[in-house]
Amino acid sequence: MANVTLQNVRKTYAGGNETIKGVSLTVENREFVVFVGPSGCGKSTLLRMIAGLEDITSGDLLIDGVRANEQQPAERGLAMVFQSYALYPHMTVEDNMGFALKLASVAKDERHSKVMDAARILQLEPWLKHKPGQLSGGQRQRVAIGRAIVRNPKVFLFDEPLSNLDAALRGQMRVELTSLHRKLGATTIYVTHDQIEAMTMADKIVVLRAGNVEQVGAPLELYHRPANLFVAGFIGAPKMNLLEARVLQVAADSVTVSALGQTFVIPVRPDGVTAGDGVTLGIRPEHLLHVSEGTLGGVVTLSERLGSLTILHVKSDDGTMLVVQTAGSDTTDVGAHVRLALPTDSAHLFRADGDALPHVAPRPLGPSHSGGGSDIPAAQTEHFHA
Amino acid sequence: MSASTLAAPAPPRQSARRRGTLALVGPSVLILAAWATVPLIMTLWYSFQNYNLVDPTQHGFAKFDNYTYLLSDPDFWSSLANTAFLVIGVLVITVGFGTLLAVLYDQAFPGRSIARVLVISPFFIMPTVAALLWKNLMLHPIYGVYSNMMRMVGLTPIDWMSHYPLFTLTLIVSWEWLPFAVLILLTAIQSLDGEQKEAARMDGAGPVARFFYIIIPHLRRAITVVVMIETIFLLTVFAEITVTTAGGPGVATTNLAFLIYSRALLQFDVGGGSAGGVIAIIIANIVAAFLVRSVARNLET
Repeated sequence: MANVTLQNVRKTYAGGNETIKGVSLTVENREFVVFVGPSGCGKSTLLRMIAGLEDITSGDLLIDGVRANEQQPAERGLAMVFQSYALYPHMTVEDNMGFALKLASVAKDERHSKVMDAARILQLEPWLKHKPGQLSGGQRQRVAIGRAIVRNPKVFLFDEPLSNLDAALRGQMRVELTSLHRKLGATTIYVTHDQIEAMTMADKIVVLRAGNVEQVGAPLELYHRPANLFVAGFIGAPKMNLLEARVLQVAADSVTVSALGQTFVIPVRPDGVTAGDGVTLGIRPEHLLHVSEGTLGGVVTLSERLGSLTILHVKSDDGTMLVVQTAGSDTTDVGAHVRLALPTDSAHLFRADGDALPHVAPRPLGPSHSGGGSDIPAAQTEHFHA
Repeated sequence: MSASTLAAPAPPRQSARRRGTLALVGPSVLILAAWATVPLIMTLWYSFQNYNLVDPTQHGFAKFDNYTYLLSDPDFWSSLANTAFLVIGVLVITVGFGTLLAVLYDQAFPGRSIARVLVISPFFIMPTVAALLWKNLMLHPIYGVYSNMMRMVGLTPIDWMSHYPLFTLTLIVSWEWLPFAVLILLTAIQSLDGEQKEAARMDGAGPVARFFYIIIPHLRRAITVVVMIETIFLLTVFAEITVTTAGGPGVATTNLAFLIYSRALLQFDVGGGSAGGVIAIIIANIVAAFLVRSVARNLET
């Protein structure tokens, strides 16, 4: 197993089109790193550059401290699981998994035992003599993973491996992949556009947008301390409420803003903002509290009841749409007037250039915090796939 | 297709519909049946007749004379060998080079679309014209382009048509059929999943290993189709032979099709020609049976 380091890596295509604009990051040994971002953000390109399937225009790729830019894909000692699985349709499962060993002239007995080991881990033993065409989507996925395991690679690369599976199987494979990672302790780089996969599987998430790294951090760090407006909006479902606000007053450890026709004192450091600046006030749906003594008034326009939680879409008195998430089965009807409270220590403030203002007392990264129960409720996961 | 829908257990209304369908389909089926069977039956009939256009005195039932005469004729066996050489030779050349060219033309290079049109173009030249072009323009020992090129480097030109007639003929027919093979195999290669090739690269397969382990297995069906279609046409190569060598020198380039032609229309022995025709039908059916079976097996998986 190994670590991977990218130093100011860039990718420019022949037309002068730059898709990766200087990425630097380190993947530690045994770490599970997820590249996440909207489509076209360059996450797959970056993975393919690490794999050696795309050239690196400039910058360095180090695998275990050795520069690998010029190495052929096979020499880098990596294994990749493709979105379409890319199994060889004319070979049996066993031959698919043993193909790399066969090319490396590994003796037949050793090859067989390695394939059998991988098949045992993935519960593929009954299918070894079948062709990929006879297997289900989840089984093919496992064969693709098995093909990677057999090579005993330094790093596993996954390119949106679950996107061809249906929602139920995706949830199951997510768990299997996580436990497989625990079992093998393999350094893993995983690309997805699905933030649920990123949040649940990653040790470290890399959020990419338009070829730039927006933020690198543990899942809960990204959730509770987004570095900028993009990460705040991208991570979390339902999405964070982002409200227009104006700075009224600046103090050493707080910024007073007006938003929704009211005044809020947000406990953040006023780095680079002065009174009169336009800013964005961010508050997660589960942090908006549906309480009778709330200061904000509004009318419920839509109610999504998921059983374990309820998502209310509220039109506030000044016409802004707010999304409120409450635990349990909230019975508030559409059309009802509600009062909402906005706890200012849960709010985020973003400058006009998108960067977040640092909290005076950053939220602890644990499951125990005020507001909406656990950090990523299971029901929220279902909601995302629903 | 329609047979299976008709064969399904049918309520009464369906039988009325069946009669209606039959009335509409019937005429064309009858015409097609007559089209195929009448010539077949006539050929069979003539093959058992003494029927020579230059000797009308000899006529009547010949029993198996036409067949025994044909099968004891060394020209017949040499024509079979020539047919086999031609078919197999052209298949090896077109499928072999066709696969390599298809791989080549699948790569991105400047001017690829023009090159693709050029490689396909020989297919649109009619066989007589193609054969004459090669015989007189390219390979002629005195005026030919190749002869000229050989003289330029100090070599003695080769009289291809008289020294290597069957080999030359095989090359000409290959030239005509290579575009077809390239066309079919190129489209097949383009349907190969790019991620499969990348997966093979990650597995450590170099260009040669990728060719043998990924591309060739992927092309298996397309190659089968090319072999089947080409075989059907190559068994009956005729125009190229007539135009270039007229079956000669001697019978060096006489294949079964040309032998039948020469029996029936050069020696006016309709009975003998018909016997040859019946044997050709039997051979074609044996070959077709094998091909269809192997194609069906290949298309299944």
